[in-house]
Formats: sequence, structure tokens, C-alpha cells
Amino acid sequence: MSLTVPTMAEMMAKGESPEILFWVGCSGSFDDRAKKITKALVKILNNCNVNFAVLGAEESCTGDPAKRAGNEFTFQMQAMMNIQVLDGYEVKKIVTACPHCFNTLKNEYPELGGNYEVIHHTQLIQELINQGKLTLKDGGTFKGKKITFHDPCYLGRANDVYEAPRELIEKLDGELVEMKRCKTNGLCCGAGGAQMFKEAEKGNKEINIERTEEALELKPNIIATGCPFCNTMMTDGVKNFNKEEEVQVLDIAELIATAADL
Amino acid sequence: MISAIFFSVLLVLGFGFFTWNVLKVRNNIRLGRDVQRNDKKAERMKTMLLVAFGQRKMFTRIVPALLHLMIYAAFMITQIELIEIVVDGISGSHRVFKDALGGFYTFLISFIEVLSLLALVATIIFLWRRNLLKLPRLNMSEMKGWPKMDANMILFMEIILVSCIFTMNGADEVMHLAKTGESYGFAVTSTLGPLLFDGMGMETLHTLERIGWWGHIIMVFAFMNYLPYSKHFHIFLAFPNTYYSNLEKKGKFTNMEAVTKEVKLMMDPSADPFAAPVEGADEPQRFGAKDVTDLTWKNLMDSYTCTECGRCTSVCPANITGKLLSPRKIMMDTRDRLEEVGNNIRKHGKDHVDGKSLLGDYITEEEIWACTSCNACVQECPVNIDPLGIIVDLRRFLVMEESKVPTELTGMLTNIENNGAPWQFSQADRLNWANED
Repeated sequence: MSLTVPTMAEMMAKGESPEILFWVGCSGSFDDRAKKITKALVKILNNCNVNFAVLGAEESCTGDPAKRAGNEFTFQMQAMMNIQVLDGYEVKKIVTACPHCFNTLKNEYPELGGNYEVIHHTQLIQELINQGKLTLKDGGTFKGKKITFHDPCYLGRANDVYEAPRELIEKLDGELVEMKRCKTNGLCCGAGGAQMFKEAEKGNKEINIERTEEALELKPNIIATGCPFCNTMMTDGVKNFNKEEEVQVLDIAELIATAADL
Repeated sequence: MISAIFFSVLLVLGFGFFTWNVLKVRNNIRLGRDVQRNDKKAERMKTMLLVAFGQRKMFTRIVPALLHLMIYAAFMITQIELIEIVVDGISGSHRVFKDALGGFYTFLISFIEVLSLLALVATIIFLWRRNLLKLPRLNMSEMKGWPKMDANMILFMEIILVSCIFTMNGADEVMHLAKTGESYGFAVTSTLGPLLFDGMGMETLHTLERIGWWGHIIMVFAFMNYLPYSKHFHIFLAFPNTYYSNLEKKGKFTNMEAVTKEVKLMMDPSADPFAAPVEGADEPQRFGAKDVTDLTWKNLMDSYTCTECGRCTSVCPANITGKLLSPRKIMMDTRDRLEEVGNNIRKHGKDHVDGKSLLGDYITEEEIWACTSCNACVQECPVNIDPLGIIVDLRRFLVMEESKVPTELTGMLTNIENNGAPWQFSQADRLNWANED
């Protein structure tokens, strides 16, 4: 199935304005693994005839890693430029598949003049299912599969979104199993706070190994996440234990797209 | 008469010295930068009632929560008996509330006795957990020396306090029995008193009762005046500290207004880059924090509120994996440095420079770069302390004032500035994924 991905510029040229902007994010645009998540979400949006658009080449980093790294200048430069673009297109509502973009756009842009309704893709997918726009097939794809959910810090603790991803997993015909450290007690994958872009400080273990170990103890078939960075960290962790044959690391959007047979 | 005078002097000195120390702490906290925490009063009150008064966050760990609750309840309710002791002490009366309250008095003192007994048990279990069981979070490197002694001293003081109450009530019970043939009917000492003191002469009993009474009140004053020097100050500060909690989403980092001004100037084509600063404008603040005076007063209040329980550190992903970072140490260092700065100001005046700073002399760069900003420490703190806010402000100073950035992060930052992504990909290629298989 080919994807339909209109840009804001194209929309504007046609005199249209989309209901919602899909903020793809740097990871979703450039990282090979994360691109698959982006496409899974677009499949869902296309399937449900959601009137959306992306910024394409007009999108730029939200500035999240700069801000977490302590560089407020770079962050605010990025934010102000993005706000100019977003306001230029009169964007009202944004969905993003990255909790870091989600947090920054939702919580840190308003003080710089950017006010939008921002939702995480798990929340949007939940909405689509609840409205009956998206139906999952009884294909039995996840029959008897054990799925555990790793809470992204910037979705969970940072923004108190714990239920949307879990409700989606429960809609699959698999079994949701929780790690001991979950929800408010969830353990970080190790990528936040700009750690993704640097070597870890000296220690006796990598954080993603600690977290993957905990997930693998449950003997899951799938480790689900809702963040491209968590995805990278957990995938690396699973590879470290040579378990990539048995355990898949997947985004909620991918799980749902598969279950909806898209 | 003499004892009444002695008591009154003790009372004035005890409260006087305590007030003096509390004012010192208050002045130290006010060395911080301003931050607005006076809005949403109803929500703040609710947070305080739930988190401080109701100890809601303690209950994520049920065993220490219950033990702590025993001591907390005993402490709160004993304050009533303390009022009686103070009135008795000043007026020379004996159990002044007894006749007025009648049966309720018996109930009240019984209640206090039961709670005190529970508190005694809890205190002994706490000592055991700390010193024999050696719970990891209570025995980490930052707990060596004074912090460990501080914690044990508080627990020993509590044992003495409770022992004094039982000695006082127990000896009084036996005397009362001998004089009137009636028991006070207090829940614990009506049994414990005769068990310990039966057969002793009136003289001895009276002395024991006085030792209990004086011992208790002297310990109360000693305890109260020890608090401002101790991590145990949380019993007061937990209340304002939760009231002034950060009510925003945890993921929201503070916006730096000073930077916003500069960025707006940079983006404004009509701005004059060579314009002289406005007459009378404030001297620009340092970006981020190098020392405690660059932090907000709430950060500083946090540091005095910290009771070093180490829940933050026990959930910190960096600490769990052997990195140097410990959020508890961040709070302890902030407090220690603040005490030092405060003392310097009192001794040498407010412009005194001692050549030391929080960052460098107390907290190292290695510690703050180990943080993943995951907010686990903030979530876990039973009194809503925010170690992450301090870590971020220290990073801001390093990056924006000193240009001290870990090498790999320099690359990431340059990429964002050059091509709008943390990696070296062209912005023009952002939509390529849509046409790839």
C-alpha cells in the first residue's frame, strides 16, 4: 500500500488546512528503525482518512536534546523558528510519535508563544479506535503472545500518560505483562537528557542492559514502547543478550497497524 | 518555685535559640533567586495535605511507611501532653488537665502511651535496618561520617524521649496507687509502672518521676534545637516544601527569560546589535547555576527539607548502574554549601568571596552529566524535592557560561544549529522516508 503524506505547503497551495499536523521528529525522519514507526502511523492515519499533513523539509528539531544538554540558546532558537513555521500555517493540533517532541511542544513552547494542542500518537490511535474509525482484525497475530510495555520517561512520569498505550495493548489478543518497575516507577532506557548522543559516564553497567534484563525476565515475545529512542535502546539491549530471534521490540503504532492488517 | 523559675528560663532559652536558628535557615533560603510559587493556592494546600500531612508518597514502600507513621503519629499527638508539661512546669501544678478533662484525659494519655510504645518499636526497627541489616540506600558513600551519626542520634534521642515518658507516667502511677489506692488507668503504664517500680519507696518514686519529667522536657528542647543542624528538619519543612511544590508537568523544564530576550533580539531584523544597555537595567544574571546563590529559593528549601532517606538515589538509573551521580548527594551538597555561604556572609559580610562553589568543590561535572533527566528521583521523593532542577541549572552554567560540553554533545548541538537535527542529515531530506520502501 502506498502512503499518502501531504505536506503543509501542498495543502496550503490547494487552499486546504489539515485537522492535525503530524510532527515526525528527527528520529522518525532519519533513523532507519524509527522510519518504520513513522510509516506504521501514516498507514493508520491513511486508513482512518485522518485529514493530516507533515511539515516535511520545513520541520526542524524541536530543540529538546539541546535544552536537556543545558544549551538554552540553541533550544530557544529552534523553538522560535518552529513556532514561526507552525503559526504561519495556523497549526492548532499536533500529533507526534516521539515523547520528547511531545513534551517539548506541549510544555515548553507555550512560554515562547507557541500554543497548540499536542497529543502522543498512542492517544490519537486510542481515539480512532474508540470512535470506531479503526478496527482491529481477529487475525490472531498476537494470540498467546506476551507483550510488556516499557514506559518512556517523557510520556509517563513527565506527562502522566500511562493508560493510552496499555489500553491499546489490551485490545490486541495477546497478554500484557508488567515489569516490576512500571508506570510511575518505570526505569529509564538510558537515552533521555541528551544521553542518546553521548557515551554514558563511567559505571558498572549500561542502563539499557539493566532495563532489558528486567524485561527479559518476563520472557516476553514483544517489548513494546512508544518512543523511538527507547526503541533503539531496548533493541540494542535485546541484541546484547542474543535474543533478537525470540524477542521483538516494537512501537505501539506498529502493533496496531499489524493488528489492523494494514 | 525554684524549679518553676528554672523551667521558665529553659523555656525561653529553648525557644529563643530555636527561633534564632530558624531565622538563620530562613535567611539562607532567601539567598536563592526568586521563583513564583504563590499561585493556585487551593491546589497547593491539597498537595500539602496529601503529601506532607497524609504522607501519601511514603506509602509506595509499605514497611518503612508504616514504621514512619508510628513515629509521626506519636510525635503529633504528644504535642498535647507537651502543653500540659509546659503549664505544669510554669505553674508548679501536677497534671493540670486531669480534673478538667476527666475520662477524656485518661483516654488521651492512654492514646499517647500506645503510640509512644509503637514509636519505640519503630525506632528500634529503624536502628536495626540502618546499622545491622545495613539497607543499601541507608549505607551509601555519601552517608559515611556525620550523616550516619546524625541519623542514629535522632533515633537515640527518640528512645530517650519515650523512655522518659514511661518512667514519668510509670513512677507516678505507682505513687498514685500507694496514695489513693486507685490507678490512673493509662493503657501502658498502669501495667508497666507496677512491673518496673513496685516496692520502691515514695522518695525514690518521686525522684524517678521527676527524672522522667525533667528528662523528657529537657530532651524535647534538646531535640528541637538539634533539628536546624540536622537532616531531621524535614518534620517542619515538609509542610512548606510540599506547599510550594512544582505543580507543572515534570517534563517541563523552566524557561530562561534572559535567553528569550536575547533570542528575540537576534531574530528581530530591526534590533540594533550595538545599542547600549538601557540606563538602570539590572546587571545580567549568570546563565544557569555555579553556586547555591544562583539556584532558586525553592531549590534551597528543598535542600533543607531533605532527610537523606535515599529513595531518589535508589531509583536513579545512573546510580543503579554504578555511575557517580546520586540525587541525594546533590541535595546534601547543596545544603552543605549553603550553610557555608550563609556562615561566610554572617562572618565576613555579603560580598565575601571564598573562592569555592557548589559546582566543582561539591558537585563534579561527571555527576551531572550522568543524569538522564528521567524524573524518577522527583517522582520518588516523599516531600516533593526536585534534584533534577539543580542538575539542569548546573548543566546550563557549564554549557552556556563555560562552554564545557562533552565532546559528543558538541557535535549534536552543532548539527541542530546547522541542519536542524541532532545528526548530520540535511533538512531537505526530512521527507525522504515517505518515498522509500
